[in-house]
Amino acid sequence: MAIKDLPDTEYVLAGSAACPGCPATIGLRIVLKALGKNTVMIVPACCTAVIESVYPNTSFDIPVMNIAFEAAAAGASGVEAGLRMQGKKDTTVFAWAGDGGTYDIGIQALSGAIERQTNFIYICYNNQIYSNTGIQRSGATPLGAWTTTTVGGKTEVRKEMGDIIRAHHLPYAAQACISYPEDLYNKVKKAKSIKGPKYIEILAPCPPGWHFPMEKTVDMGVLAIETGAWALYEFENEKMIFNGKSKLLLEKKIEPKPVEEWIKYQGRFRHLFKPTRDEKTLKAIQDNTDIIWERYRKCYL
Amino acid sequence: MRKRMQCKSNNHGKGGATMKNIIINTGNYSAAKAAVMAKPDVVAAYPITPQTTLVESIANYIASGEYKGEYICVESEHSAMSACIGASATGVRTFTATSSHGLLHMHEMLHWAALARLPVIMCNINRVIGPGWNIWADENDSISQRDTGWIQFYCSSNQEIFDTVIQAFKLGEHKDVALPVMINYNAFILSHTSMPAEIPSQKEIDDYLGKYQPLWRIDPENPVTFGNIIMPADYEKVRRAMQYAHENAKRLIPEIAQDWKKKFGRFNGNLIEKYRCEDAEVILLAMGAIAAESKVSIDNLRKEGYKIGLARVRTFRPFPAEEIVKLAKKTELIVIDRNISCGYEGALFTEVKSALYNKSDAKVSGFIAGLGGKDVTYNHIEDMCKKAIKGKLKETVWYGFEEVKK
Repeated sequence: MAIKDLPDTEYVLAGSAACPGCPATIGLRIVLKALGKNTVMIVPACCTAVIESVYPNTSFDIPVMNIAFEAAAAGASGVEAGLRMQGKKDTTVFAWAGDGGTYDIGIQALSGAIERQTNFIYICYNNQIYSNTGIQRSGATPLGAWTTTTVGGKTEVRKEMGDIIRAHHLPYAAQACISYPEDLYNKVKKAKSIKGPKYIEILAPCPPGWHFPMEKTVDMGVLAIETGAWALYEFENEKMIFNGKSKLLLEKKIEPKPVEEWIKYQGRFRHLFKPTRDEKTLKAIQDNTDIIWERYRKCYL
Repeated sequence: MRKRMQCKSNNHGKGGATMKNIIINTGNYSAAKAAVMAKPDVVAAYPITPQTTLVESIANYIASGEYKGEYICVESEHSAMSACIGASATGVRTFTATSSHGLLHMHEMLHWAALARLPVIMCNINRVIGPGWNIWADENDSISQRDTGWIQFYCSSNQEIFDTVIQAFKLGEHKDVALPVMINYNAFILSHTSMPAEIPSQKEIDDYLGKYQPLWRIDPENPVTFGNIIMPADYEKVRRAMQYAHENAKRLIPEIAQDWKKKFGRFNGNLIEKYRCEDAEVILLAMGAIAAESKVSIDNLRKEGYKIGLARVRTFRPFPAEEIVKLAKKTELIVIDRNISCGYEGALFTEVKSALYNKSDAKVSGFIAGLGGKDVTYNHIEDMCKKAIKGKLKETVWYGFEEVKK
């Protein structure tokens, strides 16, 4: 599958209210190409609730049910049951939530829905902050990153949501990135074909949130993969399969770029470089990335 | 035709005579029976004392095959209401039940269901809010959900619970209402007390309720975005439409109950149930189990020569203001609240006085009684009535604390 082979049909319509360079719309565009028309989307409070435009207009050509911040997975459980009871078993139900709505406020409902083996896809587009409310820290915000609530840089490491998800022993989970559309498309297609709960997390570099120029969204995703700050993988039948460059990194067939190569382009880490280099924090960020990869190798190689 | 079907469905082999199917069971069982007979496609619920026996009954009906809906055993009440909202948005009938802290945990989604105009039907078993932990009767849980946009019923018998649950589906799903409905009844006093209740046949319930026709639904054939950003002028229209729906409910609640009476002969259906009010000079207003107990008090006080009646308030929202004004034309009123809006007074007391403002100068006395599940017997109620009639009560009286210094 090459990018030119993706279906032409667009379900994310022109004229949405997204910021220029928005990764959520890039990701959702590909996701909906994979899911097709017979799809229902459940959206909690997140950027997409703004992107979808103002009533009575909409940016999306599929039915969308907005729901409260922490309620995406529970709402999706109800939608799935309601459609199934009407015999509409072919309709794909998917929740589309940010990292705040997934890692933090929505984790309980998500855990419950997966544990109940709800037949749905939960997709988290992870921009590592509460961006819709104006850049506050979330459980997905990485160590050292500035946000409006971590003014001197975040002092804690981010949550490993993938580990938490895999602990539910669900049939399919994956990590993707908006910079790799074919990989994302294939993962969503696969998720659609599997019964039961599926979880996909998409790294979504956010220009205003991370403070980088809007034309660099895709580059920021590529660098996240190449430095190992993010990994592409699939978890199917209790087996982990790393994809693309992440596979080569795991097998040490290529050397990761230093994480600094990723963060130096992002204004949210500027305080680590100016006025003086914060060697201690920079090392901690690199060490934390190395620890994650060593654990991946220990568990999945 | 109807009569013949009734005979057939209730024929227990006694020469074809119409037999009544009467169960003797708890309020929770009666509610569960009504819920499954309404055939909701989706139930989503989380256990909480004293609601548990209700949802356990539903699980048993599924196990026995009597109920063929989907019971989503969610991980919290917040998710219970969220799942009901999701299911209802697909256009199917939904039901849940909760109590006390569970209801409070749902609070955000109660607003969501009402604003989405989804007729989720829910039983709430009125129970104390902690701390400290206490599982007995108290109405502060549902009273504190007053402004969520839900229709609120307060029941006083198991028969009324059964009838009201069925009628709630008809009411909430009516195109002129399209609102969620909360059926409240007191913890243990009703939820766990066995009383007789007459149960119609499934066919009769099916005929009475008909098929749910939603105003809107999530449908890939007709993709709409529900609940996106809405500008102030449109939002205000949504709220105004909800208010109109409540006003429609005021009209439809008795109509729907009349329809029920025509079919089943029983009437539990006015916004206010009046008891011996005809020549009354004093009328007692109360809700729930205290109101049921009050009937005994009214009889006793009548024997003593008091011209007193009872107005049992069945619907707290919509509030029966017009009926209360009518009641107060020639009478003084006494209100007993099993709730307290701290910093002011009992909620029913406030609402009653508000209804009378500029329309009546009737004397109104207010009592707080039975909080934390404290027993309120007919003796206590008689005592309260006598104190109100004799005394010049200027503020809310905490019954049982009159002699205690603040």
